Amino acid sequence: MSHRRLLETESHWKTKRGKAYLTERVVMHGRDLHKQLGDYEWLHLYLFSVLGRDPGEDVYRLLNYFFVATSFPDASIWPNHVTALGGTARTTPSMALMAGMSISEASIFGRRPEVRALDFFYRAGRWCDEGGLLSEFVEQEKSKGRILYGYGRPLARNDERIPHALEKARELGFADGRYLNMALDVYEYLNSKYGYSMNIGAIYSSLAADVGLSCQEYQLFMTPIFLAGMVPCYLDAYDKPEGAFFPMRCSSIVYDGPAKRDWDNAG
Amino acid sequence: MTSDYVYHSNFWFEEPENDNPFAARASYCHGYDVYGQVVPQGTWFEYLLLMFLGERPSPAQTALMEKLAMSLANPGPREPSVRAAMNGGVAGTNPGAALMAALAVGSGQYGGAQEVALVMALWQRCGQDFECWIQQLQKPPEDERADIWPAMEHAPGFDPNGEQLPTQERSTLELLCNLAPKQGALAWLSQNRRKLETNVGYPLAMSGIAGAAFTDLGLKPEQGSMLYLILRLPGAAVHALEQQGMGWKKFPFYADAIELTDDPGAIPSASEKGANS
Repeated sequence: MSHRRLLETESHWKTKRGKAYLTERVVMHGRDLHKQLGDYEWLHLYLFSVLGRDPGEDVYRLLNYFFVATSFPDASIWPNHVTALGGTARTTPSMALMAGMSISEASIFGRRPEVRALDFFYRAGRWCDEGGLLSEFVEQEKSKGRILYGYGRPLARNDERIPHALEKARELGFADGRYLNMALDVYEYLNSKYGYSMNIGAIYSSLAADVGLSCQEYQLFMTPIFLAGMVPCYLDAYDKPEGAFFPMRCSSIVYDGPAKRDWDNAG
Repeated sequence: MTSDYVYHSNFWFEEPENDNPFAARASYCHGYDVYGQVVPQGTWFEYLLLMFLGERPSPAQTALMEKLAMSLANPGPREPSVRAAMNGGVAGTNPGAALMAALAVGSGQYGGAQEVALVMALWQRCGQDFECWIQQLQKPPEDERADIWPAMEHAPGFDPNGEQLPTQERSTLELLCNLAPKQGALAWLSQNRRKLETNVGYPLAMSGIAGAAFTDLGLKPEQGSMLYLILRLPGAAVHALEQQGMGWKKFPFYADAIELTDDPGAIPSASEKGANS
């Protein structure tokens, strides 16, 4: 490789994804934004922007439900908590919301578990296609010490969102998908053998597999999913006195480190 | 009365004022009185390394850290993270937003903090084993699972768009080597750079130099990643401020450079269609 490949794109960028012919028209993935996409609901357009295609109204409704059902206006949830800290520290809405959104790409909730869970179902599907048993695949993952994302919830045993999601999947015709059934089979296996619980991540990711999202598409689409839940947390902290959101006293820092020592004698 | 909620720390301890439990009379970092002794007597880089390493650094460590920080302080406007901040600055965004843009763009795997973490993970894995480095750089072990990070597209710590190690990076490596342990990562990298570059097919990058320097300082990959993000912010800040003052009319706007290759052309609106039929 060499710098020569940079010369091509130094002053010229070819794209199929889109362009704004300012003052004239805007094209996104080959469609006129105002004339052909202007009647879309915003999240449907966002899905189109991620996929480069319209997967249809039912898929959009299903994925829209993920967003609605994940809008928890509760400041104990970490991304929301960050947004509320932005409110109590009187930062701007954009800064507070972006801060909350950026920490949603976390390892114990949000984007990494979602991507890992979706990938798990695709790999399990390939394993089964090659004649393997689902239970063997699960055991193999466990034996490699891998976390089975979607199973076992960090802070609660029962996920209240699951029955609602399954009902919505039934309503929209996604209740019999291969991967959703696989998610439920994995739960049955892990629950009976190890007492594992299942969380909504397994349901959402398996449904995402059933509608054919790639891991990158799923990660992109889910990125703003906590946003509507964050806003009330920002406002709530903003409406109360500055610095009043769960303030910390000095003694709330529980210290377990080196004893006091003298800088003068340390060098 | 105390709070029901506490946070645990192994390096930070605070003593409250008598009249206000929410104000600190004194703070201790790894046992040292920050405002009583560290600030009056120490230097910025001694304090920074104390925070990350847990011990007061040696003069040699502090000197290496300071020169590394200076080398990273302003990657210049060509660097994507700085350019991101400049886009914020020229648009009159707030300072935090410009720096958030720099942090976000500068966190990546091409020249960014994630690349530094990957380089440092290679130091942990290979140490000074040349064969291991060659193997890992040519064919890093891939996790078959998908992750939030994409697959690496080049050898970590090297620049796939480079021809040879640029002069200023070469002098940086030399300078840092003179301040680093004689048998350390920087020294080994300097000695083996050409063979590694020949093998990889492209030159060492600043992320590779920084990764080796952080390794010599005794830092872990996630610590090196954080410091790399922090240390490159001064340049991002000043370039953002400069563009804010310069004004948007002098700032590139790439509209004419973007070519849509499958433009469907103007679509007639419903009323136009009706008029034509």
